[in-house]
Amino acid sequence: MSDTNPDGDTVVEQLRAAFPTVSFRMVDPGVPSCVVPTEQVADVASFLKSTPGLDFNYLASITAIDYLDRFDVVYQIRSLVHNQDFIFRVEVDRDGATVPSVTRTWRAADFQEREIFDLMGLEFSGHPNLSRILLYDEFDGHPLRKDWRLPAEPRS
Amino acid sequence: MDIIRLGHKVREGSIPGDGSPDDEAVLHSGLVQLTTLDHALNWARRSALWPLSFGLACCAIEMIATGTSRYDISRFGAEVFRPSARQADLMIVAGTVTRKMAPAIRRIWDQMPDPKYCIAMGGCASEGGPYVNAYNVVQGSDQIIPVDIYIPGCPPRPDALLDGLMKLQRKIDLGKADSAFSRESR
Repeated sequence: MSDTNPDGDTVVEQLRAAFPTVSFRMVDPGVPSCVVPTEQVADVASFLKSTPGLDFNYLASITAIDYLDRFDVVYQIRSLVHNQDFIFRVEVDRDGATVPSVTRTWRAADFQEREIFDLMGLEFSGHPNLSRILLYDEFDGHPLRKDWRLPAEPRS
Repeated sequence: MDIIRLGHKVREGSIPGDGSPDDEAVLHSGLVQLTTLDHALNWARRSALWPLSFGLACCAIEMIATGTSRYDISRFGAEVFRPSARQADLMIVAGTVTRKMAPAIRRIWDQMPDPKYCIAMGGCASEGGPYVNAYNVVQGSDQIIPVDIYIPGCPPRPDALLDGLMKLQRKIDLGKADSAFSRESR
Protein backbone atom coordinates (compact mmCIF):
# COMPACT_ATOMS: atom_id res chain seq x y z
CA MET A 1 0.00 0.00 0.00
CA SER A 2 2.82 2.41 0.85
CA ASP A 3 6.53 2.33 1.50
CA THR A 4 6.13 2.09 5.22
CA ASN A 5 3.12 -0.14 5.15
CA PRO A 6 3.64 -2.79 2.48
CA ASP A 7 1.43 -5.32 4.22
CA GLY A 8 -1.45 -3.01 5.05
CA ASP A 9 -3.76 -5.07 2.92
CA THR A 10 -2.87 -8.13 4.97
CA VAL A 11 -3.83 -6.38 8.16
CA VAL A 12 -7.19 -5.36 6.78
CA GLU A 13 -7.79 -8.89 5.54
CA GLN A 14 -7.12 -10.27 9.00
CA LEU A 15 -9.43 -7.67 10.48
CA ARG A 16 -12.20 -8.65 8.10
CA ALA A 17 -11.67 -12.29 8.91
CA ALA A 18 -11.78 -11.69 12.64
CA PHE A 19 -14.78 -9.32 12.55
CA PRO A 20 -17.02 -10.77 9.86
CA THR A 21 -20.07 -8.68 10.74
CA VAL A 22 -18.19 -5.38 10.65
CA SER A 23 -17.55 -3.46 7.45
CA PHE A 24 -14.15 -1.85 7.12
CA ARG A 25 -13.75 0.83 4.50
CA MET A 26 -10.47 1.97 3.06
CA VAL A 27 -9.94 5.67 2.46
CA ASP A 28 -6.95 7.51 1.11
CA PRO A 29 -6.85 11.22 1.98
CA GLY A 30 -3.14 11.20 1.19
CA VAL A 31 -2.28 8.25 3.38
CA PRO A 32 -4.16 4.95 3.12
CA SER A 33 -6.14 4.28 6.26
CA CYS A 34 -8.93 2.01 7.34
CA VAL A 35 -12.20 3.39 8.69
CA VAL A 36 -13.43 1.51 11.72
CA PRO A 37 -16.97 1.90 13.05
CA THR A 38 -17.00 3.78 16.31
CA GLU A 39 -18.38 1.07 18.53
CA GLN A 40 -15.75 -1.46 17.42
CA VAL A 41 -12.73 0.67 18.26
CA ALA A 42 -11.82 -0.94 21.56
CA ASP A 43 -12.21 -4.46 20.21
CA VAL A 44 -10.26 -3.72 17.04
CA ALA A 45 -7.51 -2.13 19.11
CA SER A 46 -7.03 -5.07 21.39
CA PHE A 47 -7.21 -7.45 18.42
CA LEU A 48 -4.47 -5.52 16.62
CA LYS A 49 -2.28 -5.54 19.68
CA SER A 50 -2.67 -9.07 20.88
CA THR A 51 -2.84 -11.12 17.69
CA PRO A 52 0.45 -12.91 17.04
CA GLY A 53 1.56 -11.91 13.58
CA LEU A 54 0.17 -8.40 13.97
CA ASP A 55 1.57 -7.35 17.38
CA PHE A 56 0.87 -3.65 17.12
CA ASN A 57 2.37 -2.83 20.45
CA TYR A 58 3.27 0.84 19.92
CA LEU A 59 0.78 3.67 19.60
CA ALA A 60 2.52 6.48 17.76
CA SER A 61 -0.28 9.03 18.02
CA ILE A 62 -3.97 9.73 18.15
CA THR A 63 -5.14 12.92 16.53
CA ALA A 64 -8.48 14.45 15.62
CA ILE A 65 -9.41 16.35 12.49
CA ASP A 66 -12.31 18.76 12.23
CA TYR A 67 -14.00 18.41 8.87
CA LEU A 68 -16.78 20.90 9.37
CA ASP A 69 -19.53 18.29 9.29
CA ARG A 70 -17.76 15.62 11.36
CA PHE A 71 -14.68 14.73 13.36
CA ASP A 72 -12.20 12.08 12.32
CA VAL A 73 -10.03 10.49 14.98
CA VAL A 74 -6.90 9.01 13.44
CA TYR A 75 -4.90 6.31 15.20
CA GLN A 76 -1.37 5.64 14.05
CA ILE A 77 0.04 2.41 15.43
CA ARG A 78 3.25 0.51 14.87
CA SER A 79 4.43 -3.02 15.26
CA LEU A 80 7.95 -2.87 16.62
CA VAL A 81 8.17 -6.63 16.28
CA HIS A 82 7.36 -6.84 12.58
CA ASN A 83 8.47 -3.31 11.64
CA GLN A 84 5.15 -2.32 10.23
CA ASP A 85 2.75 0.56 10.74
CA PHE A 86 -0.96 0.88 10.30
CA ILE A 87 -3.39 3.76 10.40
CA PHE A 88 -7.05 3.48 11.22
CA ARG A 89 -9.63 6.16 11.78
CA VAL A 90 -13.03 6.72 13.25
CA GLU A 91 -15.65 9.10 11.90
CA VAL A 92 -17.96 10.72 14.44
CA ASP A 93 -20.44 13.58 14.62
CA ARG A 94 -19.20 16.87 15.95
CA ASP A 95 -21.66 17.32 18.75
CA GLY A 96 -22.17 14.95 21.62
CA ALA A 97 -20.27 12.04 20.13
CA THR A 98 -18.27 9.67 22.28
CA VAL A 99 -15.48 7.40 21.16
CA PRO A 100 -14.41 4.36 23.20
CA SER A 101 -11.04 4.91 24.80
CA VAL A 102 -8.12 2.65 23.90
CA THR A 103 -6.14 3.34 27.06
CA ARG A 104 -6.58 -0.25 28.20
CA THR A 105 -4.76 -1.39 25.09
CA TRP A 106 -2.10 1.28 24.79
CA ARG A 107 -1.19 3.41 27.84
CA ALA A 108 0.11 6.13 25.54
CA ALA A 109 -3.47 6.89 24.57
CA ASP A 110 -4.10 8.43 27.97
CA PHE A 111 -2.53 11.84 27.31
CA GLN A 112 -3.34 11.83 23.59
CA GLU A 113 -7.06 11.43 24.26
CA ARG A 114 -6.96 14.07 26.98
CA GLU A 115 -5.42 16.49 24.50
CA ILE A 116 -8.16 15.78 21.96
CA PHE A 117 -10.79 16.31 24.63
CA ASP A 118 -9.14 19.55 25.74
CA LEU A 119 -8.77 21.12 22.33
CA MET A 120 -11.62 19.55 20.33
CA GLY A 121 -14.19 18.67 22.93
CA LEU A 122 -14.53 15.05 21.89
CA GLU A 123 -15.19 12.69 24.79
CA PHE A 124 -13.72 9.25 25.25
CA SER A 125 -15.72 6.74 27.25
CA GLY A 126 -13.82 4.58 29.69
CA HIS A 127 -10.93 7.00 29.99
CA PRO A 128 -9.40 6.93 33.49
CA ASN A 129 -9.01 10.71 33.80
CA LEU A 130 -10.63 12.75 31.05
CA SER A 131 -9.69 16.29 32.04
CA ARG A 132 -7.97 19.24 30.42
CA ILE A 133 -4.27 18.80 29.92
CA LEU A 134 -2.88 21.82 28.06
CA LEU A 135 -5.33 24.59 28.92
CA TYR A 136 -6.15 25.70 32.43
CA ASP A 137 -9.10 23.95 34.00
CA GLU A 138 -11.53 26.85 33.97
CA PHE A 139 -11.04 27.57 30.27
CA ASP A 140 -14.29 27.91 28.40
CA GLY A 141 -14.54 26.21 25.01
CA HIS A 142 -12.44 24.02 22.79
CA PRO A 143 -10.09 26.19 20.74
CA LEU A 144 -9.04 23.92 17.91
CA ARG A 145 -12.55 23.50 16.60
CA LYS A 146 -12.97 25.30 13.31
CA ASP A 147 -15.87 27.36 14.62
CA TRP A 148 -14.16 28.58 17.79
CA ARG A 149 -13.34 32.25 17.86
CA LEU A 150 -11.33 34.32 20.28
CA PRO A 151 -13.40 36.38 22.67
CA ALA A 152 -13.93 39.86 21.26
CA GLU A 153 -11.69 41.60 23.73
CA PRO A 154 -8.09 40.44 23.47
CA ARG A 155 -7.15 38.92 26.77
CA SER A 156 -3.68 38.93 28.19
CA MET B 1 14.66 64.56 34.88
CA ASP B 2 17.45 67.06 34.71
CA ILE B 3 20.55 66.55 36.71
CA ILE B 4 23.12 69.21 36.28
CA ARG B 5 26.47 68.54 37.77
CA LEU B 6 29.35 70.54 36.52
CA GLY B 7 27.36 71.25 33.37
CA HIS B 8 26.64 67.61 32.60
CA LYS B 9 23.02 67.03 31.74
CA VAL B 10 21.54 63.56 31.68
CA ARG B 11 20.10 62.68 28.30
CA GLU B 12 16.38 62.34 28.22
CA GLY B 13 15.53 58.66 28.13
CA SER B 14 18.92 57.32 29.05
CA ILE B 15 18.78 53.87 30.50
CA PRO B 16 20.36 53.31 33.88
CA GLY B 17 22.97 50.67 33.54
CA ASP B 18 23.95 51.26 29.93
CA GLY B 19 27.42 52.26 31.02
CA SER B 20 27.17 55.79 29.71
CA PRO B 21 28.55 58.79 31.60
CA ASP B 22 24.97 59.45 32.73
CA ASP B 23 25.29 56.55 35.13
CA GLU B 24 28.10 58.19 36.97
CA ALA B 25 26.25 61.49 36.93
CA VAL B 26 23.21 59.92 38.57
CA LEU B 27 25.39 58.07 41.03
CA HIS B 28 27.15 61.13 42.27
CA SER B 29 24.46 63.72 41.76
CA GLY B 30 22.84 63.34 45.09
CA LEU B 31 19.60 62.13 43.50
CA VAL B 32 20.36 58.60 44.52
CA GLN B 33 22.07 58.63 47.85
CA LEU B 34 24.31 55.64 48.22
CA THR B 35 26.36 55.27 51.34
CA THR B 36 29.53 53.28 51.44
CA LEU B 37 27.59 50.45 53.01
CA ASP B 38 25.07 50.57 50.17
CA HIS B 39 27.91 50.42 47.70
CA ALA B 40 29.33 47.40 49.42
CA LEU B 41 26.00 45.63 49.65
CA ASN B 42 25.20 46.36 46.02
CA TRP B 43 28.57 45.07 44.96
CA ALA B 44 28.05 41.89 46.94
CA ARG B 45 24.56 41.34 45.59
CA ARG B 46 25.37 41.89 41.97
CA SER B 47 28.56 39.89 42.00
CA ALA B 48 26.87 36.69 43.09
CA LEU B 49 23.48 36.59 41.44
CA TRP B 50 22.33 33.01 41.63
CA PRO B 51 19.69 32.36 39.01
CA LEU B 52 16.64 30.25 39.52
CA SER B 53 16.39 27.82 36.66
CA PHE B 54 13.06 28.79 35.20
CA GLY B 55 13.29 27.64 31.64
CA LEU B 56 9.80 27.33 30.25
CA ALA B 57 10.37 26.90 26.51
CA CYS B 58 12.98 27.36 23.80
CA CYS B 59 14.80 30.24 25.52
CA ALA B 60 15.78 27.71 28.16
CA ILE B 61 18.08 26.09 25.63
CA GLU B 62 19.90 29.37 25.10
CA MET B 63 20.05 29.86 28.86
CA ILE B 64 21.64 26.44 29.19
CA ALA B 65 24.07 27.37 26.43
CA THR B 66 24.97 30.47 28.40
CA GLY B 67 25.92 28.21 31.26
CA THR B 68 28.22 26.08 29.16
CA SER B 69 31.91 26.71 28.90
CA ARG B 70 31.85 28.83 25.73
CA TYR B 71 29.73 31.62 27.20
CA ASP B 72 30.11 30.73 30.86
CA ILE B 73 27.63 32.68 32.92
CA SER B 74 29.51 31.77 36.07
CA ARG B 75 32.16 34.32 35.13
CA PHE B 76 29.54 36.88 36.10
CA GLY B 77 28.84 35.42 39.47
CA ALA B 78 25.97 33.18 38.48
CA GLU B 79 27.90 30.21 39.65
CA VAL B 80 25.02 27.81 40.15
CA PHE B 81 21.47 27.68 38.90
CA ARG B 82 19.47 26.93 41.99
CA PRO B 83 16.48 24.64 41.54
CA SER B 84 14.93 25.91 44.75
CA ALA B 85 13.39 29.36 44.73
CA ARG B 86 14.34 29.88 48.34
CA GLN B 87 18.03 29.79 47.49
CA ALA B 88 17.98 31.95 44.37
CA ASP B 89 17.95 35.70 43.92
CA LEU B 90 17.51 36.06 40.19
CA MET B 91 14.59 34.67 38.25
CA ILE B 92 15.29 34.41 34.54
CA VAL B 93 11.92 33.83 32.91
CA ALA B 94 13.06 32.02 29.79
CA GLY B 95 10.16 31.08 27.60
CA THR B 96 6.47 31.41 26.96
CA VAL B 97 4.28 32.11 29.96
CA THR B 98 1.05 30.17 29.48
CA ARG B 99 -2.05 30.92 31.44
CA LYS B 100 -1.83 27.48 32.97
CA MET B 101 1.68 28.21 34.25
CA ALA B 102 0.95 31.75 35.46
CA PRO B 103 -0.13 30.91 39.03
CA ALA B 104 2.97 28.77 39.45
CA ILE B 105 5.25 31.59 38.32
CA ARG B 106 3.65 33.96 40.82
CA ARG B 107 3.97 31.43 43.61
CA ILE B 108 7.63 30.74 42.86
CA TRP B 109 8.37 34.45 42.71
CA ASP B 110 6.73 34.93 46.10
CA GLN B 111 8.85 32.14 47.52
CA MET B 112 12.08 33.88 46.58
CA PRO B 113 13.57 35.86 49.44
CA ASP B 114 14.41 39.55 49.04
CA PRO B 115 16.43 41.06 47.45
CA LYS B 116 15.28 39.43 44.25
CA TYR B 117 15.46 40.46 40.63
CA CYS B 118 13.83 39.31 37.43
CA ILE B 119 15.04 39.14 33.87
CA ALA B 120 12.47 38.54 31.14
CA MET B 121 14.40 36.64 28.52
CA GLY B 122 13.12 36.51 25.00
CA GLY B 123 10.06 37.78 23.19
CA CYS B 124 7.53 35.57 24.92
CA ALA B 125 8.56 36.55 28.43
CA SER B 126 8.77 40.21 27.47
CA GLU B 127 5.47 40.76 25.72
CA GLY B 128 4.06 37.44 24.60
CA GLY B 129 6.33 37.00 21.63
CA PRO B 130 4.72 35.74 18.43
CA TYR B 131 1.62 34.61 20.32
CA VAL B 132 -0.41 37.77 19.91
CA ASN B 133 -4.03 37.41 21.04
CA ALA B 134 -3.45 33.78 21.88
CA TYR B 135 -5.96 31.87 23.92
CA ASN B 136 -3.47 30.46 26.38
CA VAL B 137 -0.48 32.81 26.47
CA VAL B 138 0.07 35.62 28.96
CA GLN B 139 1.30 38.64 27.03
CA GLY B 140 4.52 39.06 28.94
CA SER B 141 5.70 37.92 32.34
CA ASP B 142 5.45 41.48 33.63
CA GLN B 143 1.71 40.91 33.84
CA ILE B 144 2.46 38.69 36.79
CA ILE B 145 5.78 39.65 38.36
CA PRO B 146 7.87 42.84 38.37
CA VAL B 147 10.60 42.67 35.75
CA ASP B 148 13.91 44.51 35.89
CA ILE B 149 15.47 43.71 32.52
CA TYR B 150 13.86 42.73 29.22
CA ILE B 151 15.95 40.92 26.67
CA PRO B 152 14.49 40.85 23.15
CA GLY B 153 15.12 37.96 20.84
CA CYS B 154 13.62 34.74 19.70
CA PRO B 155 15.68 33.33 21.22
CA PRO B 156 18.26 35.86 22.31
CA ARG B 157 21.82 34.69 21.78
CA PRO B 158 23.75 33.74 24.91
CA ASP B 159 25.70 36.95 24.38
CA ALA B 160 22.45 38.87 24.66
CA LEU B 161 21.56 37.15 27.92
CA LEU B 162 24.99 38.01 29.29
CA ASP B 163 24.52 41.61 28.15
CA GLY B 164 21.19 41.71 29.97
CA LEU B 165 22.80 40.25 33.07
CA MET B 166 25.52 42.88 32.97
CA LYS B 167 22.89 45.59 32.63
CA LEU B 168 21.13 44.20 35.65
CA GLN B 169 24.38 44.26 37.56
CA ARG B 170 24.88 47.89 36.63
CA LYS B 171 21.32 48.64 37.64
CA ILE B 172 21.96 47.07 41.03
CA ASP B 173 25.11 49.14 41.39
CA LEU B 174 23.13 52.28 40.83
CA GLY B 175 20.60 51.32 43.43
CA LYS B 176 17.84 51.29 40.84
CA ALA B 177 16.95 47.63 40.92
CA ASP B 178 15.16 47.30 44.21
CA SER B 179 11.99 46.19 42.48
CA ALA B 180 10.93 44.02 45.37
CA PHE B 181 11.69 46.64 48.00
CA SER B 182 10.44 49.83 46.57
CA ARG B 183 7.30 48.66 44.83
CA GLU B 184 4.20 47.06 46.19
CA SER B 185 4.42 43.48 45.08
CA ARG B 186 1.88 42.93 42.33
